[in-house]
Formats: sequence, C-alpha cells, structure tokens
Amino acid sequence: MGNPSLVTIENLRFERDDTTVVSCDQLCLDVGDILQIEGPNGSGKTTLLRLLTTALQPLEGSILYCGKSIAECRLEYLSDILFIGHQSAVKLTLTAEENLAWMAPSGLDFSSVLKALESLGLAGYTDIPCYKLSAGQQRRVALARLLVSDARIWYLDEPFTAIDRDGVKLLERCMKEHVSSGGAVVVSTHQNLDVQGVRHYPVLGGSSLRACP
Amino acid sequence: MNWAWFYRLGSPLWFYQMTTRWLPWLSLLAFVLLSAGLIWGLGFAPQDARQGNSFRIIYLHVPASFLALAGYFLMAAAGAIGLIWRIKLSYMVMKSAAPIGAALTFLALFTGAVWGKPTWGSYWVWDARITSMLILLFLYFGVLALQYAFDNEEAGNKASAVLALVGTVNIPIIYKSVDWWFTLHQPSTIKLTSAPSMHPDMFQPLLVMILGFYCFYFVSLCLFTRVEILRRERKTAWVGELAARSSNVVEEGKQ
Amino acid sequence: MKKYANNGFYAYLRRDLRLSHRRLGEAASPLIFFVMVTTLVPLGITPDPASLSVMASGIIWVFALLATMLSANGLFSGDYQDGSLEQLLISPQVLVMPVLGKITAHWLVVGLPLTIVSPLLGLMLSLPEAGYLPLMASLALGTACLSLLGAVGAALTVSLQKGGILLALVVMPLYMPVIIFGGATVQYGIDGLAWTGPLAILGAMLAATVALCPLAIAGVLRLTSIN
Repeated sequence: MGNPSLVTIENLRFERDDTTVVSCDQLCLDVGDILQIEGPNGSGKTTLLRLLTTALQPLEGSILYCGKSIAECRLEYLSDILFIGHQSAVKLTLTAEENLAWMAPSGLDFSSVLKALESLGLAGYTDIPCYKLSAGQQRRVALARLLVSDARIWYLDEPFTAIDRDGVKLLERCMKEHVSSGGAVVVSTHQNLDVQGVRHYPVLGGSSLRACP
Repeated sequence: MNWAWFYRLGSPLWFYQMTTRWLPWLSLLAFVLLSAGLIWGLGFAPQDARQGNSFRIIYLHVPASFLALAGYFLMAAAGAIGLIWRIKLSYMVMKSAAPIGAALTFLALFTGAVWGKPTWGSYWVWDARITSMLILLFLYFGVLALQYAFDNEEAGNKASAVLALVGTVNIPIIYKSVDWWFTLHQPSTIKLTSAPSMHPDMFQPLLVMILGFYCFYFVSLCLFTRVEILRRERKTAWVGELAARSSNVVEEGKQ
Repeated sequence: MKKYANNGFYAYLRRDLRLSHRRLGEAASPLIFFVMVTTLVPLGITPDPASLSVMASGIIWVFALLATMLSANGLFSGDYQDGSLEQLLISPQVLVMPVLGKITAHWLVVGLPLTIVSPLLGLMLSLPEAGYLPLMASLALGTACLSLLGAVGAALTVSLQKGGILLALVVMPLYMPVIIFGGATVQYGIDGLAWTGPLAILGAMLAATVALCPLAIAGVLRLTSIN
C-alpha cells in the first residue's frame, strides 16, 4: 500500500471558547470510501467537515491531500472537493436552472443542467424562482449539484434532511456510483445508510479517536 | 534563535505574576509624578501672557490627548500581534486598551471644551484638533462596540483587531483631511493647542504630567488585563487556587 | 485545474446585478430614500433659496453618504444567511476578485444612480450653477469609495444580528475624509476655484481603497464569518 490516502488528517485540534471541539489523531480517506461521521448533536461533526473544507482553520495539526499538505496545494484541493452543508446555498430569487448552472463546472451545456434537475424530480419546476418551491424541492436543487459536478471528494453535512424516501434512495445511489468511479464521500448523518462498505467514525466532542487500521 | 522568551510573554499566568510584583511600584511612581506635576503646574508655573490662568488646563488636556492617540496605536499593535502570532494575551491587552483609550479621549475633549470657554467664549469650536479627537473617539467606540457584539469571542477579537488596524491606517488620513478642511474654512484662526514654543518653566511640569499619565495608563492597562485574564482563565487550576486562597483570607478576616 | 462557473470578477458582477434586477424594489430603495430625505431639508429648515444654496452641496453629499451606508449591509448578509458565503470561501479562487465584483455591482446599483439623480436634487435645493458638474464628478468617485469602505464594515458585521447599526458606527470615521474632499470639490466649484484639486484627492482615495479594501475584506471574511 504505497499510495498515500486521498485525504489524511493528522493530530487535528480545534477549540472554540477555550473548549476542545474537535480532536482527531488520525483519519484516512481512500478512493472508494464512504465515511459516515456520527455523533450526538453538538459533538463537532459540522466543525470537522468545515475543517476538512478549509472553511475553518485548525489550532494545530494538518490535513494532507494525496500526501501533500493542503496549505501547499490549496487551490488544487479545493477544485477537487464539493461541500453541501445545512444551508442550501440556493438563491431564492433565481430559478433552479440558474442556481445549478452557477455551481456547475464552467462550460457545462444547459441540457446537462436540465437533465440533472429532472432526474431529481424537478421536471417542470426548473424555470420558476426557487422561493416558489417547497423546502424539500429547494434541497433537491442543492443536491442536483452532485450530478453535474466532477469533484472527487464529497463532503455532505446532513444531506438527508427534508428529503423524502425516494430522494434518500436516489442520494444513496449517487453516492455508490460516485465511489465506484474513483471518488470518496464523507457524510455526516444519523440515518442508517443502505450502502455496502460504509465505514463509521463516531465523533464524541473532543475525545481522540483513530479511524485508520 | 530561541524564541521561548517571546512565547513566555504570551503566557497569562506569567503576566499575572509579573504584574502582581511590579504594579504597586508603578502605581506609586504614577501617583508621585501626577501629584508633583499637578501641584507644580497648577500652583507654581508662571501665568500665560495672553490667557492668564486658564491655560493651566493643558496640564490635563495635552497628556490626555497624547495618550488617547498613543493608546489607539498600542491597541492596534496588540491586535496585530494577536492576529499574526495568535497569542491570546495580546487580545486581552487590546480589549483592555479600548475602554481606557476611549475614556482618555473623552477627557481630552472635555478639558478642551473647558479650555475653550474662557479662551474662545464657547464650549465647542470646530477646530482641527478637537474635530480629529472627536473622530478618534468614534473610532474607539467602533472597536468597543464590535468587540462586545460577537457571541463567539474569538471572532470578536479578530474583527476588532482588524478594525483597529484599519483605523490606524486611517488616522493619518483623517488628521490630514480635517487639518486641510479646517484651514479651508477658517484660515486665520490660531490653533487651540499651539506648538510648544513654551517657556521652560511652563513646559517642565507638562513633561512631568505626560510621564505621569503614561505610568497611569500602564497601571490601568495592567489592572484591566489582570481582570480579563482571571475571567478568561477562570477554569484553570492556578485561578482556582488564587480564589481559594483569597477566600481563606476573607474567612480568617471574619474571625 | 478545474474551473467552475462561479469563478472570477465578472461572474459575481453579473450574478449580483441579476439578483438586484429580480428585486428591483429593494434595489431602488437607497435612491428613493436619497430623494425623499432631501425633501425634508426645506421642510425642516427653510425653503428660502438663498439659505438653501449655501448648504445644498453639503446636504446632498451627506444624504448620498447615508444612502450608501444604509445599503451596505446587504452586500454580504444575504450570502451569509443562505450559505453562499461559505461556498465562496471554499471555492478554488482568490477572494479578491469576486469581492470586487460584488462591490462593483453595488456601486452600479446604488452609487451610480445617486450620481445621476443628484442634479435633480441640486435643482430642488437651489444649488448654484457652477456646482453641478463638480457635484456629479465628486459623487461618481466618492460613492465608489463609500461602497468599498462600506463593504469593509459589512464584512466585519456580517455574522451579527443587529449588524446594520453597528456597521454605521464602524464605518463612519472612515467615511469622513471622503465627505471632506467631496464637499470641498463642490464648494471650490461654486467659489470659482480649481475644483479638480480636491477631486484628484478623491481619485487618489479611490485608487487606495480599490487596492486595499478587497484584501482587507477577504481577510475579514475568512477570519470572522464562519465559526
């Protein structure tokens, strides 16, 4: 196993108001992994994801991408990841098409955007402003990004909120397809994923845990 | 190069212990300088040819304005150190410097107004110096308000540090602009705080007062910072011991 | 390296313009505020043309400043609330250009209309004839500075609840040199002096703010908006 993991975390610490929120000695993410981060509310799951996407800076420790520190290859790392958080980043005054076209790779043709929205059950709703859609539909607009993006690593924070059963199945299928074609997924959720080979990483708010064999 | 001494400077415990030893002496020095300066300046310095006795307010006004401005730069420097080296003690100093600087600015404005009445006939004149001092007060208010508006203390410290730095860059621009604006509108007026082409007999007590004010500033800064340290480190062992010891003293005192 | 559709200055400029266009009423409010509030002056002080003409340049400048300041809050707060700001912070680009794009959109929607409408207000306040051209020139440059400085305040207060008032408090001292030279430009013009002098200083301020503010804003957003 000479190849370095896709993403490696080493001795990561993050504090807020003088309490340790995230403390992770080692975590490895390899191609084909689906890593599920679990833990009670407030245990630091979102914070850990934010540290991985560089939205937050750790107090100490480092994150490596393909063996190189992300401080060195920052733009390269960021162009290979995708983050969908609690907030959808969907502009309510724009239409679903406009919102998805904004988040997609540049030069993507319009029909792909439409197809992605339709496969998420939004056919016929793609050219009306998003404030006219329900919360679940707005969430699907955000998730449609997964179908058009070519990012290798997906960081998903509670993606199943406001999604119905069909949506859950669709999302699980997307994840399976993504990891089998050379990607990796880190997802924080309470749900039991109906997917083979999911690794679990319990986060207990500040305690150190290892997640590498 | 061994930077250990620099990082030791960042230890709140070290700061607390050091100030416990040196603060009484510094306070004594401040008291001596201030009393000497006040008595000398108010009582014994010669009268001014034009303004009579009312000029004596400069013994409060000038040191206060000096320190108001110097204090802002110190606050910004503490913020910069906190941002660059992430030293928590630096943020604590910045947080303490803000109210002290604001109070001194207010004192400068107040004494300036008191000076204005007998000299110019009115408490407030839009002179260049006073207007700049007022804007400095607003800059202080901005930093203070920003600090306390954040729920997350870290974010609040960083935001006020950046604002203090932005203000520092702006202070020369503001002072120059106000100066220019003032000469535009009242070119022939004499400046309220004229340059020290003062007789040495008047100037020497002023120097003493300035030194006294500096000492007073540092005493206040240390006192405020000590309180901030105790508040921030209240969950650590050494603060717990300190509290236990002082409550023992209180117990013994009661008996 | 991959490129995304939301990369760069023009992407953010176009998007913010499109967003303003969708909410035209909201986008026009600073302009309407500017006009309405100028009407308060003759009502509150005096309608006498001679007195008004002495104060006209200053009044117009002060209200242009207030209108810009009140609208600065919306620069980043919408993005912060729906998560777009976080996506911007983790997108594979240098933040300076998107930030500049957003501020340019803000100026096109607020500052430029104010500049264009200002002669109308000059008419209402009996501004002397020689003052019109200096007024428009100074407002064109000055409102751009005000947008840039206001954006710094907006970035500092983006994650706060009552950010609007605090933004005003924080940004006011920074605005004062701009209004000093803006008002002076018009005053010089009215007095028959060379008003290109103070205007050049406004230009220099604009150059400095364009260079420095986006850097400061990018830093502030990274440090304080996500916690």
